[in-house]
Amino acid sequence: MNATTSHTGRTGHTPAPTPESEPEPARTPWEDLVTSALLGTDRRRPDVDVPPGTGVPAALLDAAAVETVRRRAGLRPAAAAALPERAAPDTRPPLPAAARRRLALLLADRSGPGGSRRGSAPDLTELLPQWLAVADEYGYAAPPELLPALFDAARGRTDLRPQALRFAGPRGLWLARLNPDWKFALRTAPGGSTLPAADDTERVRRLWQEGLFAERVALLAAVRAHSPAAARELLDGTWPKERAEDRLMFLDSLRAGLSDGDETFLERALSDRSRNVRATAAELLSALPHSALAARMAERAASCVALDPARTAVQVEAPHACDPAMERDGVVPNAPPGRGQRSWWFGQLVEATPLATWTARLGGRGAEAITALPVHDDWRPELHAAWCRAAVRQRDATWARALLGTPSAPEAGGPGAVSLAERAKLLAVLPPGERAEWVAGFIDAHGLSEAFQLLGVCALPWAGALGRAVVDALNIARDAGSYPWSFSGVMGLAERCLDPAETSRLESLTAIPDEPEDGAPGAVGYWAEAFQRLAGTLRLRAQMIAELDPAGVTPRRPA
Amino acid sequence: MLGPNVADMTQQGVRWAADQVLALAPDAASRKAGSKLGAAGPWSETGYSTTEGAVWGLCKGSGSTPYRTVVDTTGPAYQCGCPSRKFPCKHALGLLLLWAGPDGADGTVPESEPPEWAERWLAGRRERAKQPEAPSSVQRKGSDPEAVRRRAERRAERATAGTTELEQRLTDLLRGGLAGAEQAGYGLWEETARRMVDAQVPGLAARVQELGAVPASGPGWPVRLLEECALLHLLDQAWLHRERLPEPLAATVRTRLGLPTTADGPPIRDRWLVLAQHDAVDPKLTTRRIWLYGAESDRTALLLSFGAAGRAPELALPVGLALDAELSAYPGGRQLRAALGERFAEPEPTPLRPAGLSAAEATAAYGTALRDDPWLDTWPVTLRDVIPVQAASGAGPGTSTSTSGWQLADADGRFALPLSAAAVARPGLWKLAAISGGAPVTVFGECGHGGFTPLTAWPDQPGAEPIPLS
Repeated sequence: MNATTSHTGRTGHTPAPTPESEPEPARTPWEDLVTSALLGTDRRRPDVDVPPGTGVPAALLDAAAVETVRRRAGLRPAAAAALPERAAPDTRPPLPAAARRRLALLLADRSGPGGSRRGSAPDLTELLPQWLAVADEYGYAAPPELLPALFDAARGRTDLRPQALRFAGPRGLWLARLNPDWKFALRTAPGGSTLPAADDTERVRRLWQEGLFAERVALLAAVRAHSPAAARELLDGTWPKERAEDRLMFLDSLRAGLSDGDETFLERALSDRSRNVRATAAELLSALPHSALAARMAERAASCVALDPARTAVQVEAPHACDPAMERDGVVPNAPPGRGQRSWWFGQLVEATPLATWTARLGGRGAEAITALPVHDDWRPELHAAWCRAAVRQRDATWARALLGTPSAPEAGGPGAVSLAERAKLLAVLPPGERAEWVAGFIDAHGLSEAFQLLGVCALPWAGALGRAVVDALNIARDAGSYPWSFSGVMGLAERCLDPAETSRLESLTAIPDEPEDGAPGAVGYWAEAFQRLAGTLRLRAQMIAELDPAGVTPRRPA
Repeated sequence: MLGPNVADMTQQGVRWAADQVLALAPDAASRKAGSKLGAAGPWSETGYSTTEGAVWGLCKGSGSTPYRTVVDTTGPAYQCGCPSRKFPCKHALGLLLLWAGPDGADGTVPESEPPEWAERWLAGRRERAKQPEAPSSVQRKGSDPEAVRRRAERRAERATAGTTELEQRLTDLLRGGLAGAEQAGYGLWEETARRMVDAQVPGLAARVQELGAVPASGPGWPVRLLEECALLHLLDQAWLHRERLPEPLAATVRTRLGLPTTADGPPIRDRWLVLAQHDAVDPKLTTRRIWLYGAESDRTALLLSFGAAGRAPELALPVGLALDAELSAYPGGRQLRAALGERFAEPEPTPLRPAGLSAAEATAAYGTALRDDPWLDTWPVTLRDVIPVQAASGAGPGTSTSTSGWQLADADGRFALPLSAAAVARPGLWKLAAISGGAPVTVFGECGHGGFTPLTAWPDQPGAEPIPLS
């Protein structure tokens, strides 16, 4: 029994932990003990001394205790694996302390309770995109310790990825290689690593040949911003060897800064092996009004549309066939189910035709006069829808304005020729101020029920008139006695988009007025709560934006 | 409105840091809810008083009357009119954040006299604070030394009965073989653990309970089970022969058994750097472990704080701050645990860092500590200039359990400590990797036979704040 107490004594002279590992004998005393313990001492007697008065199991445990402490006390470090490469330095300034804390909170809230009813507390998750946008504006470096949470957030939300990855910077790209969960970062990173200078031809060429896909996309964009011709040369060099998926992405990246110089390259891509690549090339070409493709399309479309003999209305004669030349120019021959072949072809022709074509074709009229013309034989919806798509593709504000019409017009609120989704796209073509004014006018005339999609395309924060229109409409909805969750979509948008300066106007709405007699029971309480949350979120946003200001704590009006 | 700079100058010493406030939150949900309330919006009639050490305010909730919230910052203690059973509630946290934040310094929470309702509660607290001596002195008078001795004797008899029974069960197990334990599953150990609870040796009960999980812990389990059984046997035998042990070791054995001990070591005053704070949450109990490092005494100490279900442990010390205070050690050889005595100042930022060790020095430190307490699973160490490395494959030599493929390597690339399986499963691993970015960092953590568990990291920049790896 003496053995037990001496164990602790024996651990005293542990071998100095020299880290070289010695080869072990075939069967150590410890392995002998483990085998006997596993099988039981009745079946296999271990090779231990059994002092008188002790059983074999106790003797085994004595010996095992000595061995265990000996093994632990003699612990040695392992041989180190190959050290990792260091992350490229991030030269951006660090976040102010308050902003760093705020980001940690925004990221922590992500997994918050998805409870059925929202209380009066703000929903922090929705503020993350805005926080990232402002942080990016100032060009801060991400705090490394928050990168894992940031990646986890971006992993679940693709819309966050570009911003999150730009913010994550070179350290983020370095980190993402270690965790398979964050593989997306290697594909979507907008130039996480430091790119070579666009005129450093040798390094550019090497990165283009050897870089990750994400690095190459970023490189292409950087070189293209510097010299579009050099970028096209890079693309041309490796084009046939790229995977179809990558060709599509590279082609898509030409959208930024598209110019007539790209035409030759795009024309060649019209004969690509991949159908998606061909379609994208055609789409890009049609956005270049002076391209040969646009001219070919204009010729085809013009032969289908003409003024009637009285020259006061439009008549349409849709194409009778889709020939191979049309197909090569991106016209999809097979109509989706439920659509006539001819009107399907017609729509595609008009969509790809430069809008300037129509003034010449339709009696020298401007966009507004043309869209006001009657159209024979029910072709109006088809024709106008195609013009809408063309205005969006060619980013033609004059046509967009004409097709949108006045926001207060009665048909603007109803299912007119132009759907809400198309209107939202047309609005995006207008300058931000005009866009906000149009939507404000729409809400004043038609209320909020149809406005959700339109609000989504307005610039942040909502300009004064628009913000006021939304708050007034919410107030009217409350007075009408409906429940706030009928407007939860708009409420959610308002929390993210209203100018924090509107907070003071909301204060009066957060009080709980008397229940109106004809209102829904309990609605006023819920409305007060909803307005409280709205006001709370706006205040939080103002504070959040102030925290990011490197000049200090003075709240600034967001740009 | 007072300019922020003026406010900073006059009040910086008094107001808390937001981190300090957030550390008081009982759980993550409260932390979030509290931070949402930490803006001026829902608050009115807020104020604070340096002389009273109090902050108060009215918080508009969903009801018609606002909640009255008041915090005694000297405690800290909280009072709020809300029905929440969290403690402190989100309103108290929000109020403190408002007071600590830039808005507070801007004059949202001005210095003033407490309103009548707050003053009533504060006065009540002061009243109660005057008589804390009363109950304990009564107890001291009532504790007849003879009765104390008899109680201790009865407890020791029970412990002896418990350890004897456990010895019997261990020898039975070894006679029949550990392979049988795999089939018996948890039941066998559950029952033994209950018997140890009956014998009032909670330390043994906890160890026995853990044995139940070993057979399901993957390859190599017989080795781990034999190790744990042998250490349990060693503890039994140490108790049964305690009269032959030197006193520090006997004290360690009593502590390991879970017999009551008191921190009766001489008070050590130092500037204690808070190295780490982490909670182990159990449905019934939250155990908070706070590691401290004394700059002058060059010792590492452990404070334990407990919270019943749903409540945060009372003690909260933000990592990286230094605390001028006295600690008293609990008895035992290599005893790390201490009790916090008098605190002479509020915790404040410090550039202090503990001296770091290399990987080989860290394992040696653990080995040396086992000399005085063979039941130690880990030993707290700070590693200097180590790089987190994702190794291609598992177990390194020298670890008894299989490890995960991550290690902390010395910057010279020769030796490394494998990370424990628990550490690899935690999100803190990725934080650590991100902080390092392939460069050396200083890491505090627990080094043991199961690998290294990092708890706090200092980035490799002068003056960088430590980052908790929770």
